[in-house]
Amino acid sequence: MTATKLGGPEVQARPAVEEKPDKKGTMIKIPLLGITTAIAIWAAFPLVDNEAWIGLAVLIATTAGLLYLYLTPRHIPLKYLAPGTILLILFQVFPVLYTASTAFTNFGDGHRGSKQEAVTAIQTASVTQVPGSQQYALTVATTGDPATGPLVFLITDPVTRQVEAGDADGLKQIEAAVNSAGRVTAADGFTVLTVGQASVRSAEITALAVPTAGGAIRSSGLSRAYEGRAGRAYDEGCDCIRDTTTGRTWTADETVGAFVDGNGERLAQGWKVGVGFSNFTRVLSEPAIAGPFLRTLVWNLAFAIASTGGTFVLGLLLAMALHSPRVRGRTAYRVLLVLPYAMPSFAMLLVWRDMFNTDFGLINNLLGLDVDWFGGSASARLAVILVQLWLGYPYMFLVATGALQAIPRELAEASRIDGASAWGGFRRITLPLLMVALTPLLISSFAFNFNNFNAIYLTTEGAPFPADNPANGATDLLITYTYRIAFGGGGAQYGFAAAISIFIFLIVAVVSAASFRRTRHLEEVHA
Amino acid sequence: MSWLKQVGWRHLVGVLMLVFALAPIVFVVSAAFNPLGTLSSSEIVPTGASAANFTRLFADTEFGHWFLNSIVIAGLSSAASVFISALAAYAFSRRRFRGRRVGLLSVLLIQMFPQFLAIVAIFLIFSTVTDYWPALGFNTWWGLILLYLGGALGVNTWLMKGFFDTVPRELDESATMDGASHPQVFFRILLPLVAPILAVTALLAFIGTINEFLIANVFLTDAGAKTLPVGLVGMVAGERNANFGMFCAGTLLTAIPTVLVFQLLQRYITDGLTAGAVKG
Repeated sequence: MTATKLGGPEVQARPAVEEKPDKKGTMIKIPLLGITTAIAIWAAFPLVDNEAWIGLAVLIATTAGLLYLYLTPRHIPLKYLAPGTILLILFQVFPVLYTASTAFTNFGDGHRGSKQEAVTAIQTASVTQVPGSQQYALTVATTGDPATGPLVFLITDPVTRQVEAGDADGLKQIEAAVNSAGRVTAADGFTVLTVGQASVRSAEITALAVPTAGGAIRSSGLSRAYEGRAGRAYDEGCDCIRDTTTGRTWTADETVGAFVDGNGERLAQGWKVGVGFSNFTRVLSEPAIAGPFLRTLVWNLAFAIASTGGTFVLGLLLAMALHSPRVRGRTAYRVLLVLPYAMPSFAMLLVWRDMFNTDFGLINNLLGLDVDWFGGSASARLAVILVQLWLGYPYMFLVATGALQAIPRELAEASRIDGASAWGGFRRITLPLLMVALTPLLISSFAFNFNNFNAIYLTTEGAPFPADNPANGATDLLITYTYRIAFGGGGAQYGFAAAISIFIFLIVAVVSAASFRRTRHLEEVHA
Repeated sequence: MSWLKQVGWRHLVGVLMLVFALAPIVFVVSAAFNPLGTLSSSEIVPTGASAANFTRLFADTEFGHWFLNSIVIAGLSSAASVFISALAAYAFSRRRFRGRRVGLLSVLLIQMFPQFLAIVAIFLIFSTVTDYWPALGFNTWWGLILLYLGGALGVNTWLMKGFFDTVPRELDESATMDGASHPQVFFRILLPLVAPILAVTALLAFIGTINEFLIANVFLTDAGAKTLPVGLVGMVAGERNANFGMFCAGTLLTAIPTVLVFQLLQRYITDGLTAGAVKG
């Protein structure tokens, strides 16, 4: 599978060198391949047990591919790329593709499973006990551990004394020993819960509903169960849900994945359907969403540029200032100045958040102010950028110091002899040379800051929020905004969030790829 | 006057930056030793010296476990990711094959997808993994390390590739002429030469992993399995004011491994930054 990604057989520019057998290499290679095979065999057993044939096929193909790859003298580049690529595909490409595919669905709260699951959920949720409901003797059992295993209702028909086992999937007949009251004393494959064990899990027992043809069986206490009638039932003829008492109907709408009545009101439980590009068009066309999206995008770009540019300027200024043998105590300066880099950033973000606290924050205390920093848009934005400056400049300082030391001093001196001012020499000689080395780092720093989730989530959490839109605050980055849509309190809209994340990806990727194209000649210099 | 123009401004910039750099750290130190241990009683000047916050940290929480987990996970995964990345950088720098440019670019671009959204997918994947292979499932070191290694090919691969490019090709070509195989060229000749950049990327990877919060937060739920960020953030999530001193004590202790790794690798790092930057 790695071969297809990298585009088939490799072409070497240089004549292939005949490989000589390397005795020591073989002695390391054979045990390593042996360990790989052993791990693959160990991993195969659970796949066989669970009849996961596709997984097994992938495992066998990958292992066979690896053995071939490292035993053949061909495909040398692939030998070096395979370990990283396999991990990349498993833990990055695959999750990302899965996420991207949900952008074309309505996956989220109320739209998680199939239509059948939605119908069952609607019916069982509407079950009530009515006069004349069939009563059963109930025994609570489990197929696993009494404290944590999945619960099963063992119900005994009071007349035939036939025992059936039921869980959320439905009923099936079993053989069991029953006592005079009709309660099960023992059954193969089930562990009967004692009264004590059952009462601990009473909340789960109350919640369990075993679907039947006309409704569902629910518990009434720990020893009795009844078959209630569903207040709402699915009618295949009209593909709708009908309320048996009021006669209201909700018709299935396959385009939105929900049951909708004549007035456009939906039932809460829907199912997952493909919605094409509607999540994407929604971002651009719905004013309530497009407005905040564009505003957030502009601020997001400003934040990324200010954080990257600010740390770069600060780091470079500092590196230039200390780049002189006449400054005494340079080593001490350097050691102390990179200290912020050694502090754990997640913790320092939280500390900064508390330092900006209005009532007992350090900044207001020291400066004798009473500013509600995270209360106004401008001050909150200033605050988060200031925090990013503190966290980010030591890295730029280290890198710029290194790059400055690599530039021959004679170059700057030569320009001064030629009559250039200090500033002119810096701008024409030093800065261009620095940029050659630092541009790739600046681009990756930009990409990192564009999606700097922690910087916002651990400090302002997006605040301040406008009164009319609690879902999008002034310091929200696209990524924190998306996080709130995907996992926030207002109901998860996972498909929609995935669509926004694809937009984010496109923006960052285009900006970065364009910058890399512009620096392409740099690589040619190196290669 | 001339001294002021040539040297004085340098000290001015340095001192101003020192104040900015150190103020929050001094605050954390004073809060960590503050006997009251609350946020509202913490000031930048130490208000007392007491180890109460540290003893509470070890007595009331599983800080020792978190610390060990973080060290093992960050240590192993950064070491492994540097090795995997170096292998790939060698192929990208020294070998010419079809799909090289596409491979290089896609390695970079895939990292730009907001990965936290993939958390739901990762959660589903690892729910199955926990069922099939509990040794690699949730709340284990090995599962999280594997997951982090998914990101081994990335920006670091680019950094290393750039560094490999600066090592003259004649070196490995002459070795090949002398009969060295490609693993010998890689392990014996190139790796020692690129040691500085290995140290730099190891440090970056270590800092990145030991600070990682989002994925670890989903992955590690058992109190004893947590890493430092998950444990410490959880500690101030509910009791922000009361636990502030403990939190700062934990922050200081968390900085120790990073500083040690930095010291350990420093010999190479200045070299790596210097030489890695402009050469060629």
